[in-house]
Amino acid sequence: MNASPANDLTRRLRYFEATARSRVAAVLDAGSFHEFLPPEESEPSPHLAMLGIPGAFDDGVIIGAATLGGRPVLVIAQEGLFMGGAVGEIHGAKIVGLLRRAAREKPAAVIFMVDSGGVRLHEANAGLIAISEVMRAVLETRAAGVPVFALVGGSCGAFGGMGIVARLCSAVVMSEEGRLALSGPEVIETVVGVEEFDSKDRALVWRVTGGKHRYLTGDCDELVEDDAAAFRRCVIELLAGWQEPAPSSAELRAEQERLTSRLRRLAGLRDGLDVWRAIGADDPHQIPLMDRDSLVALKKGLPT
Amino acid sequence: MNAPSSAGAWATRRHGRLQRLERAAACGLTRRVDSARVRDLLEAVIEPGDRVCLEGNNQKQADFLAETLAECSPERLYDLQMVQSVLALPSHVDLFERGIASKLDFSFSGPQGSRLARLVQDHGIEIGAIHTYLELFGRYFVDLTPKVCLIAAHSADAAGNLYTGPNTEDTPAIVEATAFKSGIVIAQVNNLMDRLPRVDIPADWVDFYVVAPRPHYIEPLFTRDPAQITDVQVLMAMMVIKGIYAEYGVTRLNHGIGFDTAAIELLLPTYATELGLKGKICTHWALNPHPTLIPAIESGCVESVHSFGSEVGMEKYVAARSDIFFTGADGSMRSNRAFSQTAGLYACDMFIGSTLQIDLDGNSSTATLGRITGFGGAPNMGSDPHGRRHASPAWLKAGREAGGPNAVRGRKLVVQMVETFREHMTPVFVEELDAWKLQENMGMELPPIMIYGDDVTHIVTEEGIANLLLCRTPQEREQAIRGIAGFTPVGMARDRQMVEQLRRRGVIRRPEDLGIDPRRASRDLLSARSIKDLVRWSGGLYAPPARFRNW
Amino acid sequence: METLEFQFAAQPCKPVVGAALSGVVGSGNLEILIRPCDEADACLVSVKTSAAGFGRIWEAVVTEFASRHPVGGTRIAINDMGATPAVVTLRLGQALCEYTGGVS
Repeated sequence: MNASPANDLTRRLRYFEATARSRVAAVLDAGSFHEFLPPEESEPSPHLAMLGIPGAFDDGVIIGAATLGGRPVLVIAQEGLFMGGAVGEIHGAKIVGLLRRAAREKPAAVIFMVDSGGVRLHEANAGLIAISEVMRAVLETRAAGVPVFALVGGSCGAFGGMGIVARLCSAVVMSEEGRLALSGPEVIETVVGVEEFDSKDRALVWRVTGGKHRYLTGDCDELVEDDAAAFRRCVIELLAGWQEPAPSSAELRAEQERLTSRLRRLAGLRDGLDVWRAIGADDPHQIPLMDRDSLVALKKGLPT
Repeated sequence: MNAPSSAGAWATRRHGRLQRLERAAACGLTRRVDSARVRDLLEAVIEPGDRVCLEGNNQKQADFLAETLAECSPERLYDLQMVQSVLALPSHVDLFERGIASKLDFSFSGPQGSRLARLVQDHGIEIGAIHTYLELFGRYFVDLTPKVCLIAAHSADAAGNLYTGPNTEDTPAIVEATAFKSGIVIAQVNNLMDRLPRVDIPADWVDFYVVAPRPHYIEPLFTRDPAQITDVQVLMAMMVIKGIYAEYGVTRLNHGIGFDTAAIELLLPTYATELGLKGKICTHWALNPHPTLIPAIESGCVESVHSFGSEVGMEKYVAARSDIFFTGADGSMRSNRAFSQTAGLYACDMFIGSTLQIDLDGNSSTATLGRITGFGGAPNMGSDPHGRRHASPAWLKAGREAGGPNAVRGRKLVVQMVETFREHMTPVFVEELDAWKLQENMGMELPPIMIYGDDVTHIVTEEGIANLLLCRTPQEREQAIRGIAGFTPVGMARDRQMVEQLRRRGVIRRPEDLGIDPRRASRDLLSARSIKDLVRWSGGLYAPPARFRNW
Repeated sequence: METLEFQFAAQPCKPVVGAALSGVVGSGNLEILIRPCDEADACLVSVKTSAAGFGRIWEAVVTEFASRHPVGGTRIAINDMGATPAVVTLRLGQALCEYTGGVS
């Protein structure tokens, strides 16, 4: 008992609290990352300067090229600690530019480390437009045959417009610390009241938006430990067997059917516990306490 | 002198006690009281002007009894002299606002600090004195003996024996003083049991007990989320471990609660062990069961911990580690604030804690304007006990640093650890403590200083460690403090030459002087970086309260 | 937002990279970018900070740092969101270390 927690817990790089730069360094092949528009060639956002906010040289997102398991990839990594990872004009333009480059150069994949609350409200319309352009660019990159993998495991998760972006990606990899949703918990509570949703009940928030829940409902494809090395291994494996499907309206209609029938089954349920029970988990209360491997095994055993 | 029944002239307290019990009996009240009749009980057995001890501890509160007392009629009960460790609940203050109580002797009032200050300024309360816990307990046996005590226990049996369990805290001290000076002991319990796990307070010492409508209030005061520890706190923790714990060989100690000390606890299995210090420092503790100590315990760094109280969520872990913690034959922990404070005073070689302000004499204060918060246990832990006689390497080394190689006594290490600036860029180092202004505003006899400068042996900031034991004059002491006060106005007014000299003598040591590379100071060095990590370290035995969990 | 500019004479340093970045612009934090400048024995510092009115302290912190480490030939740009001097000094040390490959 004494030896393993020491080695395991003390040495791993927690993805959740790591900066975007250290995530990039740990997930991609060591030393392979080359940054586009690095800080020394950039200036902070003039929008933020007008509002008297210092801004960041990279505007909170890092883009560049690297290899993953030896294969060439392009990389996007949002910095959740800067303005909640929110997307402003420059931030969004960097992402869109990277995705367009990927559509042209056709690397093995785009690795998209999402860590964002959505639109940067400070930049108003510029932020909204930026995110909608990101959505379009993801779809065009995928249409060009390049998979875009979303990694969601940071403190901001993937909310708002970036929640939508994550689900537009080819696959979503989450840790149990990550969250994926549309409206933020505080927003829900403010708009419809605390009886509807208590945003301070952190356990509830994670039961409704967290990685374990999303994995069980099929909104994310893979669940990993909160460990940069685990994200790395998972994406390498995904990439190995990946065939990016051509866009197809038949596929879209089938997905729409699936989502409609899922909504019919699960509408009105107010807690992850109820959803897990409805999809066949015998003892849903155990799920928040389970480790990753046990949960993956549980999902395999669920009726489809 | 009254001639008749001269024996009775010496048993007035017993006589008074019997009268009170008779009044209760006349109301139809028995030892076990129904929760709906507690107000009747209090109005029957308490008399105006009584000294009443309300169990307001750090962790647990006799909240049902406090609320019911505050609902009593101020016409029946008034002028009560309250004695209690902690003024924690709104009902504690309501007593004064309603005119039921008029005087207060206490130790700590953090949660009610502003309300208490307002009461004082409105002349709604007379404060006898602010004490440190052990001091107050001592006075329970001298001149502040309670006539009635209202306590909180976990369970009672049919006979009225009480089980106080992991959160025994102040109860034994309170009950002993009250019961053995003909006082009345009233307990609220969470439930009744046929057979208690163990008897902590015998039924003979208890007069009345009531099953409260809800379990007694209890607060997880000693849990610190590792996710909130900063890189700077890690740097300071590294300095303390290498520059003080290792230097003096500190094996027996107490940590004042805070993120700074939590960082030290979490570095024991990593940084300290890397330095070869496992088993050589931090083996014996007077400490509440801090969740952040779990990795150190699991790694074999710790031999023994005695606690003042328990900590919500730690009960199962403690019970499963009876080699380390003090537990009963029943398996659950036994804590005792009076004994732990005694251990901290005489049996520990070091106290370390944080503070809000430090002046140029090294006086340390948490007093701020507009709030009366008191001290808790810090003055006791953070003082050099002249009564100590047994030697230890740390105590002797410190004593010789202060008094020369032929010093006749040792010194306890009293360390204050603090960043130079607090939130909103408020400097910690000041020319004059707010405590003096507070004294003036509140009409106190003395400024509320938590730790006196002449007890402080070391001050640690992100800039370095100042060893006050090695200072030979008040001027050296002042410059030693300025020399680690960073870029605060106090720090910037340093005499640079003197500070350099002090550094050459080792009175001031910077991280580089200790061989510490500030680049290593990062959260990555912590053995646990989240509450979840602590749960995993404990093998799932630690059950954090909901507010600390996202599961 | 306040913008502050300082300039010092300093011992030249030997970079091993073209530029070095340390820190993140989060609350109570800052990012520091070190790049080369033309004058080998001068150090130019520019600070953009959300916390106005602390110019004197910034000057003291940066002056102290420049006096203890060889920072000549550098341009240091800082975006600050209310970091205390303790954090500023830590990040300056980290950035310089990355810039010079640990020799400082």
